[in-house]
Amino acid sequence: MERLEFIAQRTLKGIVVLLGIVVLNFLLIRLAPGDPAAVMAGEAGASDELFLQQLRQQFGLDRPLLEQLWAYVANILSFDFGFSYRQQRPVVDLLAERLPPTLLLTGTAFVLSLAAGVTLGVMAARRAGRWSDSAITVVALFFYATPLFWVGLMGVLLFSVTLGWLPAFGMGSVGVKLGGVERVIDVGRHLVLPALTLTLFHMAVYARMTRASMLEVRDQDFVRTARAKGVGEGEILRRHVLRNAILPVVTIAGMKAGYLLGGSIVVETVFAWPGIGRLAYEAVLQRDYNVLLGVFLVTSALVIAVNLATDVIYSLVDPRIELGA
Amino acid sequence: METPPLLAVRDLRVALPAGGDRVDAVDGIGFEVHAGEILCIVGESGSGKSLTAAAIMGLLPRGVRATGGSIALGGVDLLRLPEDEMRRRRGRDVGMIFQEPMTALNPLMRVGDQIDEVLRVHTGLDEAGRRARVVELMAQVNLPDPDQLRLAFPFRLSGGQRQRVMIAMALALGPSLLIADEPTTALDVTTQKQILALVKAIQSARGMGVLFITHDFGVVAEIADRVAVMQHGRIVEVGPVDQVLNRPVHAYTRSLIAAVPRLEPRAPSAAAAGLPALVARGLTKTYRSAGGIFVRRRVVEAVKSVDLTIRQGETLGVVGESGSGKSTLGRLLIRLLPADGGSVSFQGTDLLAAAPGRLRALRRDVQMVFQDPYASLNPRRRVGAIVADGLLAQGRPRAEAFARARELMGLVGLDPAGVDRYPHEFSGGQRQRIGIARALAVEPKLLIADEPVSALDVSVQAQVLELLNDVRRRFDLAMLFITHDLRVAAQVCDRIAVMRRGEIVETGPTAEIFGAPQHAYTRELLDAVPGRAWSAGQLANDALYTIPRES
Repeated sequence: MERLEFIAQRTLKGIVVLLGIVVLNFLLIRLAPGDPAAVMAGEAGASDELFLQQLRQQFGLDRPLLEQLWAYVANILSFDFGFSYRQQRPVVDLLAERLPPTLLLTGTAFVLSLAAGVTLGVMAARRAGRWSDSAITVVALFFYATPLFWVGLMGVLLFSVTLGWLPAFGMGSVGVKLGGVERVIDVGRHLVLPALTLTLFHMAVYARMTRASMLEVRDQDFVRTARAKGVGEGEILRRHVLRNAILPVVTIAGMKAGYLLGGSIVVETVFAWPGIGRLAYEAVLQRDYNVLLGVFLVTSALVIAVNLATDVIYSLVDPRIELGA
Repeated sequence: METPPLLAVRDLRVALPAGGDRVDAVDGIGFEVHAGEILCIVGESGSGKSLTAAAIMGLLPRGVRATGGSIALGGVDLLRLPEDEMRRRRGRDVGMIFQEPMTALNPLMRVGDQIDEVLRVHTGLDEAGRRARVVELMAQVNLPDPDQLRLAFPFRLSGGQRQRVMIAMALALGPSLLIADEPTTALDVTTQKQILALVKAIQSARGMGVLFITHDFGVVAEIADRVAVMQHGRIVEVGPVDQVLNRPVHAYTRSLIAAVPRLEPRAPSAAAAGLPALVARGLTKTYRSAGGIFVRRRVVEAVKSVDLTIRQGETLGVVGESGSGKSTLGRLLIRLLPADGGSVSFQGTDLLAAAPGRLRALRRDVQMVFQDPYASLNPRRRVGAIVADGLLAQGRPRAEAFARARELMGLVGLDPAGVDRYPHEFSGGQRQRIGIARALAVEPKLLIADEPVSALDVSVQAQVLELLNDVRRRFDLAMLFITHDLRVAAQVCDRIAVMRRGEIVETGPTAEIFGAPQHAYTRELLDAVPGRAWSAGQLANDALYTIPRES
């Protein structure tokens, strides 16, 4: 009961924040220097006075600000995110098209980096101070310190150009119509390099965090209690140390997940992955405001949703969390 | 004795890692524990008593190892057992309970599961059988409603309840030996009394041998059959409890016992009838959790309409158990916390209503000494700077402030040259002296000491208490002395206020509080002081002991 209330309360808060972002979105366009109608007209490539008038009327720009805000909110609520004049398509269609590839890419990378990072962290902690611990640390930090695009390009050079094992870009083979399992395999092959590039980068933080946290927890009194009970080392590690050590990792993972879901501009651009990140990048280059605002809103909503999920997960993992406090 | 001992420790040596203050933490000690007896190992911090217990369990900290001797349990030398065999004996043949009930339980595991773990690891019982046994064990240690409580997480339990869970865990398999490492040190006196009684009852019912480690002679008097006194890794004296407590032979034992504060109120100081230095009326503080649309607010009345007066030159003690509101009260008095209501009249001004400028000026005359001498001094600053800070803040010239800091170091019994050193270079007692020097630097009229000696060993405690008495006399200070320890209160306080659940239930001269307590709670507190009976006899024997002088 307490938990349901907690979730309801957090959801409510999330909705309030989202509404705030919608308002901010609205103001961003209105506060930008110049006439939004002129901006839109510019985007559409026409600028005569009649077209401007028409635009103002169409978007209600001649009405009072509050009324405009209300109309904007109403539009958003009915999933009308405006029109991209550059691409001549409704923004919502673009988002719907680009979101799944991003979720596939970053979702895969998120799960892999978390799994790999925690595993490496546990291994490093168990061997703390030995050479294998240092080796894990060095490898993890190497990929963390190296720019994403460079790792991506090196991956392409090695696995696509030299070895020819994996495709270098895109989400599917061009010019072939594939169906069913073959399509899944094709997308999977395209996914490997960009997903691994992201994984290698994000894994380091989880590995370091897990290692540090494990080292701290293993010296705590309750671990000694477990030993005094005659519990075996493997079980102590799983049931007592890791369970407690994972808490800060959950927090970090929650923050990163939201960030990842917004798409990775660098990786999506390097690998020509048709996701939200690349859409945003293109929109910036083309000054496609409606698309940018749409991306902004969707990623905000995702971050809020992920934060909510993190809070719920955290409250499940740690009973001490005073729900709602 | 005829029967072979349950536990026989011979010439045990435990080496410290290189760079420690001595080579061997435990330096060739030997003792025996027989079935059905409680052996107390008593000593100050760093004496090696906890490492001795850890060595028996095979649970020495990383980098520390037993380098010699033998630990025979039921005839088998534990030091020569392979780790796997040792692990099987832990929990089964030897149970252990630890000091900190707050941290000794896994915070993410239901308490029932933690007791269950012992059964799961060591027995072939099925789940239903184990559950029944868990409930039975929890009932045996007098935990309320075991069937529900086993599903609770540790943070829902009080300190005493957690310690009961620890005991249930240690006793789950009916071990022949129980090792208890300061199991009641972190508990309130009334809870301590119950836990001691529980350990004793279970021990005699099962005929277990108990190795009980403590620093507290009061606890020794309550529970021990025999006592071993440890100093610097060696056992200096061992014998039946009556002999060691009442006719100690070794000089160290004598000095330790002499340092135990007597339960006899000291004579009130002459100045105690002075003018009121601080008068608090109707002081109130209520903590409220934030709450929200769906969340119930929680309200804790930490301090409920408290009246108190501290006279010039007197020490007023505020005693009570944890959560009674005594620390909150101390903070309210100098507005470190905002009060919800009431007034604090100090030097003719209501401190609680004073404007920021006036408040700063008034605070100069009130200083605090805190409990933890390790945490309350900034580790990155030199001691001289810490002591001189208050003076510098008053705008006194640097040279003068530092000269005064040296003077104060001498005054609190430290080498004035110590001003150039950092806090970590000092022992706990010395740090508390630095804390007192810091408080005295700005020549306050009122000193608020919040548990200033509870983190210190008894011998150091005695010295710091003497110092506090001395500075109070010399500076004609008024002092508010917050403590949970009635022995300490008896030594330093002219008057005592007993707090419970935010209220002062009784106030009076120390002699009256101890001699003729009016309130039932005061009587309960006094009754729970460990080693009361021993203390009474001890007073008659006082001539035997020499009060240790400061080195």
